[in-house]
Amino acid sequence: MIMPMTPADPTDMFDDFLIRALFAGVGVALAAAPLGCFVVWRRMAYFGDATAHAAILGVALSLALGVSVFAGALAIALAMALTVSNLSEKGFGVDTLLGVLAHSALAFGLVAVSFLQGVRLDLMSYLFGDILAVSKGDLIVIWAGAALVVTLMAWRWQALLTSTLNRDLAYANGINPQREQQIMTLALAIVVAVAIKVVGALLIVAMLIIPAAGARAMARSPEIMAVGAAALGALAAVGGLMASYHLDTPAGPSIVCVAAGLFVVMTLAARLRSK
Amino acid sequence: MPGLHANKRGRCPGMRLVTVDRMSVKRGSHQALSNVDLTIDKGEIVTIVGPNGSGKSTLLRCIIGALKPDSGTVLREAGLRIGYVPQRLSIDATMPLTAARFLSLPTKRSKREIQEALAQVGAEGLGNRPMAGLSGGQFQRVLLARAIMDKPDLLILDEPTTGLDQPGSADLYTQIEQVRRDTGAAILMVSHELHVVMSASDRVVCLNGHVCCHGTPEIVASAPEYRALFGTGTHGALALYRHEHDHHHHEHGHDHAHDTCGSH
Repeated sequence: MIMPMTPADPTDMFDDFLIRALFAGVGVALAAAPLGCFVVWRRMAYFGDATAHAAILGVALSLALGVSVFAGALAIALAMALTVSNLSEKGFGVDTLLGVLAHSALAFGLVAVSFLQGVRLDLMSYLFGDILAVSKGDLIVIWAGAALVVTLMAWRWQALLTSTLNRDLAYANGINPQREQQIMTLALAIVVAVAIKVVGALLIVAMLIIPAAGARAMARSPEIMAVGAAALGALAAVGGLMASYHLDTPAGPSIVCVAAGLFVVMTLAARLRSK
Repeated sequence: MPGLHANKRGRCPGMRLVTVDRMSVKRGSHQALSNVDLTIDKGEIVTIVGPNGSGKSTLLRCIIGALKPDSGTVLREAGLRIGYVPQRLSIDATMPLTAARFLSLPTKRSKREIQEALAQVGAEGLGNRPMAGLSGGQFQRVLLARAIMDKPDLLILDEPTTGLDQPGSADLYTQIEQVRRDTGAAILMVSHELHVVMSASDRVVCLNGHVCCHGTPEIVASAPEYRALFGTGTHGALALYRHEHDHHHHEHGHDHAHDTCGSH
């Protein structure tokens, strides 16, 4: 087992890129867990994809304008999520609409990136993440975003659950399910913005749904499922990073591979137990 | 029909829970409801009957605040607590949810409160069961238990016996009656089971995009508008009711119910 420590400089363990990467991965996993449960329960995987793909366009714009990549990704992801959310309220064919938006957002983003001149941009790092390049500043943004998302989810938990079950049930209890949907949309945009550097735009939805789906197998309540998803996500982040370090594989995809492995193990274990 | 509008005006204002006044609702380009008047007073059982697509659920959804009327108003008494049982509640298989956890939404409840509510609807011992594993009748009882957690002034049920067999729905109606006796809550419900409706309601509202007729069950059952809607002979229960209670015969062939249902 590798424990990347830096005894040479005991004052700041965050000088070690691997420690920073571990904290970044765990931070994203924690933020993605409760939100990921709702993405699974509400069948919003495609919604998540549209939002995440739009973030590539946000990255291109922020590099062109010279503003923070987090801010650009957040703004465009939020704009996309709100658009999709509002259009689906109006009753457009949601599946097709999401397909159109998700893929065109990605295509426009990639084209926009190609226009950028004089900016050294490793496109792969935004598509698949570049967790080993996470800086201390990035880490602060990731953990601040994660804390915000977890706080939002905890605050709205009961209302979100009720509106997820049935909109009319929510209305009868004085909850406005549209408002809850907007809060989810905001949380999703934040997760996309902080996760883009860690797992990349293409695999963000994987970090949302795979740990949650893995936790479902063993969970008896929504809360246990959310906590389980956080645990599985964090485990996948740590395991994926170690695999990446030893096997010299790309970090983001390695994390998702470990998450997928955990999903299979959890699901099989639950099958065996119920027999 | 002089009796038809007898219940609309002149009640003590403190008794009134909900007032729907000349409400019209469009769903897309379809005029779902036009000029609907309805009042619900404390403790009464009001049942809405009407063919499919007649706007019954739309009316209920306006009263709980899920839909906004395009014109007219829905007035709820200040602080009115509504318990709502939706027509269908499909819980995604990916959401782990026990009956007890369901009763704790959106307000956290103590174990004792949950046990009491379950006992009140005859669903003792179901607390730890996953919602997905409940039978149709158990599921509806748990929905009813959740609706009464808040000690509502008004219980709104949208076809609560959908999917239940005859004994199952008879049981559920007995429970609903019991709940009203225990809590004194008014009940507004949509039902297809006309024999039950006719025996248990204080007032019946016959709806077909507008209020065709309303009043006591006897008045509604003998109203020509109502007969036009339900007198096609396909509703055995109603035929039975008629046979037992008023000995009138009805003619077949009123297929164009909408056209003959003219009173506003």
